[in-house]
Amino acid sequence: MTTEIIIQSLVSGLLTGLIYALIAVGLSLIFGLMDVVNFAHGEFLMIAMYATFGLALGVALDPILSAPLVAALLFSFGALVYVGIVRYAMRAKANLGMVQIFATFGLAIVMRGLAQLFFTPDYRSISNTWTGGKTLELGGIFLPMPQLVGAMISIFAFVALFFLIKRTDFGKALEATREDAGAVALVGINKNHMFTLGWGLGASLVGLAGAVMATFFYIYPDVGASFALISYVTVALGGFGSVFGALVAGIIVGLIEAITAMLVPPALKSVGIYALYLGVVFLRPRGLFGSL
Amino acid sequence: MSRNPRQRELITLAVVAAALAALPLFVKDVYLQNVLILTLMYAALSQSWNILGGYCGQISLGHALYFGIGAYVSTILFTKFGIVPWFGMVVSGGLAALMALILGYPCFRLRGHYFTIATIVIAETAYLLFLNWDWVGAALGIQITMRGDNWLNFQFARNKLPYFYFVLVFACVTWLVTWIIEGSKWGYWWRAIKDNPEAAESLGVDVFNSKMAAAAVSAFFTAVGGSFYAQFVSYIDPESVMSFQFSLLMALPAVLGGIGTLWGPALGAAILIPLTEFTRSYFGGSGKGTDLIIYGVLIMIIALARPEGLVSLFSRRASKQAAP
Repeated sequence: MTTEIIIQSLVSGLLTGLIYALIAVGLSLIFGLMDVVNFAHGEFLMIAMYATFGLALGVALDPILSAPLVAALLFSFGALVYVGIVRYAMRAKANLGMVQIFATFGLAIVMRGLAQLFFTPDYRSISNTWTGGKTLELGGIFLPMPQLVGAMISIFAFVALFFLIKRTDFGKALEATREDAGAVALVGINKNHMFTLGWGLGASLVGLAGAVMATFFYIYPDVGASFALISYVTVALGGFGSVFGALVAGIIVGLIEAITAMLVPPALKSVGIYALYLGVVFLRPRGLFGSL
Repeated sequence: MSRNPRQRELITLAVVAAALAALPLFVKDVYLQNVLILTLMYAALSQSWNILGGYCGQISLGHALYFGIGAYVSTILFTKFGIVPWFGMVVSGGLAALMALILGYPCFRLRGHYFTIATIVIAETAYLLFLNWDWVGAALGIQITMRGDNWLNFQFARNKLPYFYFVLVFACVTWLVTWIIEGSKWGYWWRAIKDNPEAAESLGVDVFNSKMAAAAVSAFFTAVGGSFYAQFVSYIDPESVMSFQFSLLMALPAVLGGIGTLWGPALGAAILIPLTEFTRSYFGGSGKGTDLIIYGVLIMIIALARPEGLVSLFSRRASKQAAP
């Protein structure tokens, strides 16, 4: 194995990792805000990918252009899911955690069923995208364009998210609500309002990730399941609720996956991620940056 | 009758078991018998899950690992070494319990979602390893060789009734074990841990060892179920006995029926499994996902409308148990 190959896989691991971080951060955001784990997170990704596919097929919009549209679409969807389902799940007087898990899990199954019904179980992909099939050569290292652009979008999204959380009134209200959802009413913040917007924001981030994924991955009803587990591991590794943790953990997961794939048969590449997760939480039971 | 509630529970079990035992006299259809067998199997598996997840409050979504150990150990002993499945069943149960203790040692330091994700990740690792391990058939799985229909081999190619009676006994045993635990100091300790681990610890409950005990008992019976399933379907592969889907299917009946209750898992299984099977056979063949939609909507409705589980519909006592 030459140095070049090693650098090559580490760089693609880094790109993949940035995209994993983008997929996972919405999950972490929602959890940080209100302690709810969305078990339909993978299915949010799936509909975002289908939305991108639909826009490409219907109005010939390239995924890079449709990304903001898909994010907006997912924002409304996320807000709707909170208002229509999660709000009620949070009112449960018994087994609160299980009710949230299974209410969102039920939603995940329904979404998969609907996707099968309307889009059939066929594997689809978007052909002739701007980035598809292109590579960028940098000193002997070949970077696949779809992943490269995806990673850039992810970095951009994280910068925007940090700015939103740290520098705007909305971000401050979000932080305050996550600190103490009861007390914010005293300063005139409507908790339900914040939760709705939080779900919208979390979903819009996964919407962005869906548009990115659609440029280089197959689209099918069960596609979310493969990435949901990686998202949960990423979020837990970074520490539930930590946006910065999700970014760091995403990158680490991408790199570890690339390194594992060099050492063992590619079919076992996830084992490295799982071992890493276990190693980290056994030493730090709240993940790398978790405070909850 | 002025018996105490615990004795009444026993009498209820006896009546239900007797009624179920007589059921094959009326149900001759093989398909329906299959559904009955699966329902009882999930009732037993979910009861095993309930011991750790419901009573002790440690939500595992990795029980497919123990189920897989049960299926693979008895099958390998039977197909490769000619050892009767009964022996394999007990050995795999012991192995799964041992495994639960080894894994529990580091995992029980973890709380909440960190624990649940650790269980998923461990089971998924085992699944990937089995999927690529040639000696156990890798992705192709293992076809169990037919050595003739008898109880010693626990093989019955045509007549499904022996499986039915075995799984009925199995479900009753897991129920009885849970019943005994409920009345013992362990039952009180586990529920104390579920409600408030710090408070339990300060009152002298050995939290760590209590969780370990619950995990071992739970894993043992889950593996027994795995061995049974392997004999029943006579073909296993990682997808069908170790996938994440299985872990969810074991937890679901208990959650829908009533987590941490004696009758929750059985009630949940009695509704969920026939519904799954019937929707699958009516709608599933078309590949249109209608079965998934019905199934998912049902899960959502029950989770939202009956957070204490369906047992709360039947008795006031049960609903009190579910919401301590």
